[in-house]
Amino acid sequence: MKAFGAFIRKEYYHIIRDPRSLLILIGMPIVQVILFGFAITNEIVDAKISILDKSKDAVTQEISNKILSTKYFLLSEYLEDSKQIAQSFKKGEIKLALVFEDGFAEKLHKNENPSIQIITDATDPNTAATLSNYISRILVDYQGQIALNSFTPGGIKVVTRMEYNPQLKGVYLFVPGTIVIILMLISAMMTSISIAREKEKGTMEILLVSPLKPFMIIVGKVIPYIFLSLTNAITILLLGVFVFGLPIRGNYFLLFFEITLFIITSLSLGIFISTKVKTQQEALLISLMGLMLPTIILSGFIYPLESMPKLLQYASDVIPAKWFLIMIRNIMIKGVDIRYILNETLILLGMTVLLMMLSIKSFKIRLE
Amino acid sequence: MLNENQLMNKAFVNINKVSKSYGEVQALNDINFSVDESELFGLIGPDGAGKTTLIRILITMLLPSSGSASINGMDVVKDFKKLRHLIGYMPGTFSLYEDLTVAENLNFFATIFNTTVKNNYHLIKDIYQQIEPFKDRRAGNLSGGMKQKLALSCALIHKPEILFLDEPTTGIDAVSRVELWDMLKELKKQNLTIIVSTPYMDEAQLCDRVAFMQKGEVMEINTPQQIVEDFDTPLYAVKGNNFYNLLLDLRKMELTKTAFPFGDSIHLTTFEKYDSAILNDLIMKFTGQRTHTERINANIEDCFMEKMLRNEA
Repeated sequence: MKAFGAFIRKEYYHIIRDPRSLLILIGMPIVQVILFGFAITNEIVDAKISILDKSKDAVTQEISNKILSTKYFLLSEYLEDSKQIAQSFKKGEIKLALVFEDGFAEKLHKNENPSIQIITDATDPNTAATLSNYISRILVDYQGQIALNSFTPGGIKVVTRMEYNPQLKGVYLFVPGTIVIILMLISAMMTSISIAREKEKGTMEILLVSPLKPFMIIVGKVIPYIFLSLTNAITILLLGVFVFGLPIRGNYFLLFFEITLFIITSLSLGIFISTKVKTQQEALLISLMGLMLPTIILSGFIYPLESMPKLLQYASDVIPAKWFLIMIRNIMIKGVDIRYILNETLILLGMTVLLMMLSIKSFKIRLE
Repeated sequence: MLNENQLMNKAFVNINKVSKSYGEVQALNDINFSVDESELFGLIGPDGAGKTTLIRILITMLLPSSGSASINGMDVVKDFKKLRHLIGYMPGTFSLYEDLTVAENLNFFATIFNTTVKNNYHLIKDIYQQIEPFKDRRAGNLSGGMKQKLALSCALIHKPEILFLDEPTTGIDAVSRVELWDMLKELKKQNLTIIVSTPYMDEAQLCDRVAFMQKGEVMEINTPQQIVEDFDTPLYAVKGNNFYNLLLDLRKMELTKTAFPFGDSIHLTTFEKYDSAILNDLIMKFTGQRTHTERINANIEDCFMEKMLRNEA
């Protein structure tokens, strides 16, 4: 046991005596959260639009005013001719153009369903989709109003409520996402590099010749990183709560249990990588390319998994981060208890056990 | 008499038909020898001779492709766990933690072998005292010779029964080399069995016995004295003004077996025995320069050179 303590102390020295890496490890989560928080936001404000009103009646006027009175849109100009639409887009002045058809009010009163055309600049598809959503919501709103005013019976009113995140705040998305990336980075990458370093420097040879059990070498390696990862997870959560107003609605204990579980999963991944590589560089490359990219892309952090091809959706099932992200969002934002995320927990647990068994199996008690 | 005594001693290390291949490459081929208790045994040979591979098999770090080896009756494959307690090992490259201080390194290695520096201080006292003034310095900032002393201290701190050193003198200065061999001789007095590998042939005479290795095979095992005595090729030291041309010319002569530069003279072996004055005349006539030739006794390097060339042919 004393030997084990000495081993952990040695790891602690390694970490603490490399101030540059330590600064990155501790500073990175803070910088990432702040960057994601302030730079990446899905909310669009003051998008410029043009309106081509072929009807110019009271109704179209009212709708236009309603749209322009929101904080989302600014009028660029009223167009006279549909040819001008293409020009405005090409000049890059506007993000969206609205076209009211001829005799709008008249058709409305006759119950003929007049139409409004929404043309968006889809070079940036996300912005385009968001803007057209905003307009649709305003229109649905307006429809509801006139239905009430005219006491027309019938007609279906659509009410959309954005549950749990009514303002569609980005912070709900990126705080859990950042936790995932940071934990993955520190746990998997740092452990794989640190074990690979022992191999590269030849110290692994001496450790192996010693009576230290391989199991102890590995556990001793990862324990300091568990603490480092937990510290980082807490930092990110605190920043999310106090700087960006993120709620934590679920049970704290459950949240930490799942975070710890994911840290252990990532550590096992790191150990597994380290059993397969010989140098620190290899470990770095494999962790970055083989872990970080799939984690960012296939975990549902940035790109919604539902809109991916089936094949990629299946691929995402083997990404531990996907399951962790589902759980952590559910706990923090919906406030669910363990019953609702039991499946995900079990899947992650299974992955961890499997990875550990694989690592132990492929950990070499000799060279070669 | 000495040899008979050695035979009566139970061998401490037994290597029996050990071969090792990496795919196509045969790193070791049918190695057989034994090392006695508290013997200072040298593995001598050029780079790529298989010295490191053999040591790694003995320290349980590699599995032999065939054959077996045992240390103190314990098999290096089956009993590797027990063996790892009593092996001290110093790898060829400096393999301690450079970001840990001298004292921290030593403490770490003492602790993982379930002992303390205090308990076994007497074992390393002579060596460690020389670097103790720098005990708070990080190992990465030590000079090559000091690193070597620290590595040796760390390899000895758990009171091993056998010590393996893989090319301990490669890349350190001449003074540190001498110091290291002095330390090994001191350790031998404490009944430690030592197996050391080196590419430097002159270090062979500092061992009790040496195994001369080449291309994965042991060519000869003997005491350094015996190796020198067994050398029966006529050997001459030739000196001349134009050293380089002399060397080239000597190699062209028909009577020449080998010619190698050695310090300020050229060591020449011939197929037949000559009187040195007569030989000198022959050389002067052939090379056209004034030379001085004398018959000399072989040193250990001459012996190895000759063996190496014989094997290459």
